[in-house]
Amino acid sequence: MLAANFLLLAALLFCIGVFGVIARRNAVMVLMSIELVLSSVNLNLIAFALMNDDVDGQVFALFVIAIAAAEVGVGLAMVLLIYRNRQSISLDELSELKG
Amino acid sequence: MNSVILAADGVNVAQNVGFGIIAAVMIFAALAVVTTKNVVHAALWLAMVLAGMAAQYILAAAEFVAVSQVMVYIGAVMVLFLFGIMLTRAQIGSETGLNNKSWAVGIPVAVVLFGLLAYVVLDAVEDSTIAEVELTGANNEATLEIADRVLSPYLAPFFGMTFVLLAAAIGAIVLARKD
Amino acid sequence: MLAAEEIQEALNLSSGWFLDNLWLVGLIPAIGFALIMGFGKKMPNGGSEFGLASMVASLVVATGAGLQWMNRVDSAEEAGHGGDEAIGLLQTFGRSVPRAAEGAEAAPFIEPVLTTWVWWQNSGLEFGIGSLGDGLAILLLWLVAFISLLVQIFSLDYVRDDRRYTQFFGALTLFSAGMLVMVMAPNMIQLILGWEIMGLCSFMLIGHWWEDHENSKAALKAFFTVRVGDVGLLVGTAIIYFASSDWIAVNLPGKSGFDIDAIQAWALSGDSSASGAAILVAATALFIACIGKSGQFPLHTWLPDAMAGPTPVSSLLHSSTMVVAGVFLVARIYPVFWEGFNIANGGLSFIAMIGAITIVIAALLAFVQDDIKKVLAYSTVSQLGYMMLGLGTGAWLPAVFHIFTHAFFKCCLFLCAGSISHSGSHHSFDMKKDMGGLRKHMPITFWSWIVSTLALTGVIPFAGFWSKDEIIDNVGNNGYTFLFWVGLGGAALTAMYMTRATYLTFFGEARGAAAGGHHDDDHGGHGDEHDLTLEEHELELATVGAPLGSDHADGGAPKSLGAAANAHGGHHDDHGPHESGKLITIPIVILAFFALTAGFANPTPLAGDALGFNLGEGVELIKKYVEPGHEPVALDAVTPGGPGESLTPFVPQFAEEGEGGKDAYASGCGRTTPPDGAVCFFPKVKHAVPELGKILLSLAVVAVGYTFAIGFCLAFYKRRDSRLVGLTERSRLANAGYKFIVNKYYLDYLYENVIVRAVAHPISAAAYWFNQHVLDATVDAVGEGGKRSGQWIYDNVDQKIVDGAVNTSGAVASETGRGLQSTQSGKVNQYGALIFGAAAVGAIVLVIINVG
Repeated sequence: MLAANFLLLAALLFCIGVFGVIARRNAVMVLMSIELVLSSVNLNLIAFALMNDDVDGQVFALFVIAIAAAEVGVGLAMVLLIYRNRQSISLDELSELKG
Repeated sequence: MNSVILAADGVNVAQNVGFGIIAAVMIFAALAVVTTKNVVHAALWLAMVLAGMAAQYILAAAEFVAVSQVMVYIGAVMVLFLFGIMLTRAQIGSETGLNNKSWAVGIPVAVVLFGLLAYVVLDAVEDSTIAEVELTGANNEATLEIADRVLSPYLAPFFGMTFVLLAAAIGAIVLARKD
Repeated sequence: MLAAEEIQEALNLSSGWFLDNLWLVGLIPAIGFALIMGFGKKMPNGGSEFGLASMVASLVVATGAGLQWMNRVDSAEEAGHGGDEAIGLLQTFGRSVPRAAEGAEAAPFIEPVLTTWVWWQNSGLEFGIGSLGDGLAILLLWLVAFISLLVQIFSLDYVRDDRRYTQFFGALTLFSAGMLVMVMAPNMIQLILGWEIMGLCSFMLIGHWWEDHENSKAALKAFFTVRVGDVGLLVGTAIIYFASSDWIAVNLPGKSGFDIDAIQAWALSGDSSASGAAILVAATALFIACIGKSGQFPLHTWLPDAMAGPTPVSSLLHSSTMVVAGVFLVARIYPVFWEGFNIANGGLSFIAMIGAITIVIAALLAFVQDDIKKVLAYSTVSQLGYMMLGLGTGAWLPAVFHIFTHAFFKCCLFLCAGSISHSGSHHSFDMKKDMGGLRKHMPITFWSWIVSTLALTGVIPFAGFWSKDEIIDNVGNNGYTFLFWVGLGGAALTAMYMTRATYLTFFGEARGAAAGGHHDDDHGGHGDEHDLTLEEHELELATVGAPLGSDHADGGAPKSLGAAANAHGGHHDDHGPHESGKLITIPIVILAFFALTAGFANPTPLAGDALGFNLGEGVELIKKYVEPGHEPVALDAVTPGGPGESLTPFVPQFAEEGEGGKDAYASGCGRTTPPDGAVCFFPKVKHAVPELGKILLSLAVVAVGYTFAIGFCLAFYKRRDSRLVGLTERSRLANAGYKFIVNKYYLDYLYENVIVRAVAHPISAAAYWFNQHVLDATVDAVGEGGKRSGQWIYDNVDQKIVDGAVNTSGAVASETGRGLQSTQSGKVNQYGALIFGAAAVGAIVLVIINVG
């Protein structure tokens, strides 16, 4: 099997995730897109583990999964907080950073 | 694009076919995640992508990661997402305006990025192949080795990870509680 | 070959626990700060006990180190007198070269006690942290620890019920820690660290009561003004590092261009890298940092505003920390300035000019302040000008000595002002509105103030006389005749403005809060005063002013001068002015004692025949223990690892000097290059020989200042002399002069209107316009900007320039920001698109470069 297969699939998922981050307005949807991005990185790591015949890549993938779980937990808590304060999770309206 | 991904070297047709089918499903589901007008559907499409990802892990002989993926992502993260959607009272059913006004900017960025990544990947690995994988299902040596790695050379990051998770749990509670 | 231990024994350079562990002086307050911030709020006294304990511990270590350092110097001298053999040995190692040339000035180089650890390293370059214990550092360490301790004791009462009591003590302790870390710094990196800690803490402390908008503005002003100068510190350090690294790599392997001793040696090496433009630019950049920190002429504007902080802060800032940091930096790496500004050959240095301008400008401004603390602030600026003048003209020792004496009396004056506001004037600092006649109510404060004032104005035998006169004398001796007269004039001005402040505060009739809140203008016996002639008043007050006859003040003088205040005796109730508590008066009295006696640490005139009794050179303690030796030191002795391997006998080549006199200075470190295989760490500075005539001259100048000022005060404030009162309204000339001096009153007006209109608006408008028409008329814009700036500089040659520059850079930044504003939509998605897009483009560029 070609090594490029996994890597190209991962790259495609990554770009779809990036598109989601840019295009989506709903904060929960943005978080989902970020999950796509993180997962694609995991796929890369697994592919590298396979290519190098070494389980280090799998260990890193496990770490990434743990971090992603933490990120989703905190991210959704923040979204909840924003929703409670503003009755909306539309990122268009969250423009306090405007210079 | 799919033709490139599905290009097989003819050594193990079954594995390549499996990879191709799963990959096609994943890409379709991923596109659905970022284009559907229904938030709940998006979450379910995401579950499909993640399940496909787990299947790819098994194809790549990473059973332990695959199981972790299923438990953590499909079991926990998806539930979190569904709760998030519920608690923010997003419309169940389709709604307009899930995309922001300048959503089209994402297309060129994503395309350029993919072009770049594809070029770099193909340039780097070219035609190198991956060693054949025994899909016997009894391959627990890798799992044992993961355990060894995590608990000896990667012990410090592992401890760090535990603190990150603890901090995230506390942080999430502090952020989300109601007073 | 001798083993290292034997050599050390032969050298008999004693060290000791305190000297070896000098770094504790800086570390202890830092730990104290952490404890205050961590546990202060839970402590019964709100954390102040940690601050006090850490300062006491620091002081103990610093005192021990000071004694051991003196022992070290003494032992080196003794070893030097141990016979020819000993001398030869010492010269061999160059550790201490005792009286190499008989009859010449003794200046053995005593090796500093250097303790360093590697702090961090990067690509083979190590940055150390630790302590460099030499005379200068130890003197300042002791001084800072001592003053900080007294100020903290004072603060116990002064800020007792403050909202942020714990934070106050925390910041105060960290502030002292910053200064101590800076003073003991063995390299420029640690020096910058301490320097910046102080900058941060000064911001926190000046803005301590930040709820008041004025205070937070003052804190910002102090921080930003000093930061303008701080850029110079970074630039200067970088220039020195790069200019010196080649020489240091060859001659002092193991050292780097950040190490202070290496910088000193490099600057005096006579190497081509240490002469010419590089060192001149480096010295200028470093001095700009000192201008900012020490409130020298164009950047002095932050100091008076810094009075917004609590009085203990002002006291600490203005006596031994913060503002002294700039002077200390010049003194620390003096060889750089010595070579950079060519002080050796009597060049009119940038430092001396700035110092002289500062003396006069600040002293004049002190005349027109109503706020007692601002008078003292300008006085500090002026005195710092003296220190810079001394350093800029080669009078290193007197300048350092003036740091030492000035700390005591200026700290005392500030604490007196604090005591007055605490107990005498209901937290007001306005001398005209809320003070007057406080002499009777606050005797301890009053007498301490008088002693410190006499010390500040340089009346014999108070501390300021010995140091300030030394500076002035040496300036003249080094050939700067004009600056000599500037210094003398500054001394007269000092006497005048301090008389004014003293009169307004302690004499005359009580006003406002000082009158206990009873605003009755009917003072019995007031009219009687008019019978006395002006001359009589002068006589009376002159006796108060003269230290030797100060006993008189208890008797006659107060009766005639303070009669109005006496009328308030009955108002001595809870609301009226009263003496402060013991926690406030004890530090004041201790400081006043030092203001009286600190001068005897180095009474140069007593070491000669100037005053009729010659006590010998032994009385010049500061000179003996603090001034580094200027003899060249063999390289073998200073390279890492110490002596012990290669013992090549080395005889200093500078030993051929004449028998004292001017020729003795024709050669020596910093005047000629050191011989091969040797380095110098300190230039050979001249020391003036005091003369009775000059001493009398300066005392006479001070006396004239006092007489004039007392006469003026009596005529103007007491008798409301019709010739003087309203003079500014009637006489155009007087009005113009008054306005000119007083324009500190209008300084904010000037900043806000003249400068902003003349500079910031045109330039910001130009910047905006430039944004609009980027493609055309660039040349016109530059021409217009140049024309306007030229016109403006021509119109305002005063200190507004700098503020203008600050405002301009602000305006340009703001206009640039406006241009970029549209990209800052605040929308996360757009930011995401920009990040990913930029990352993709950047990666593409990398790929193309790699492929191509």
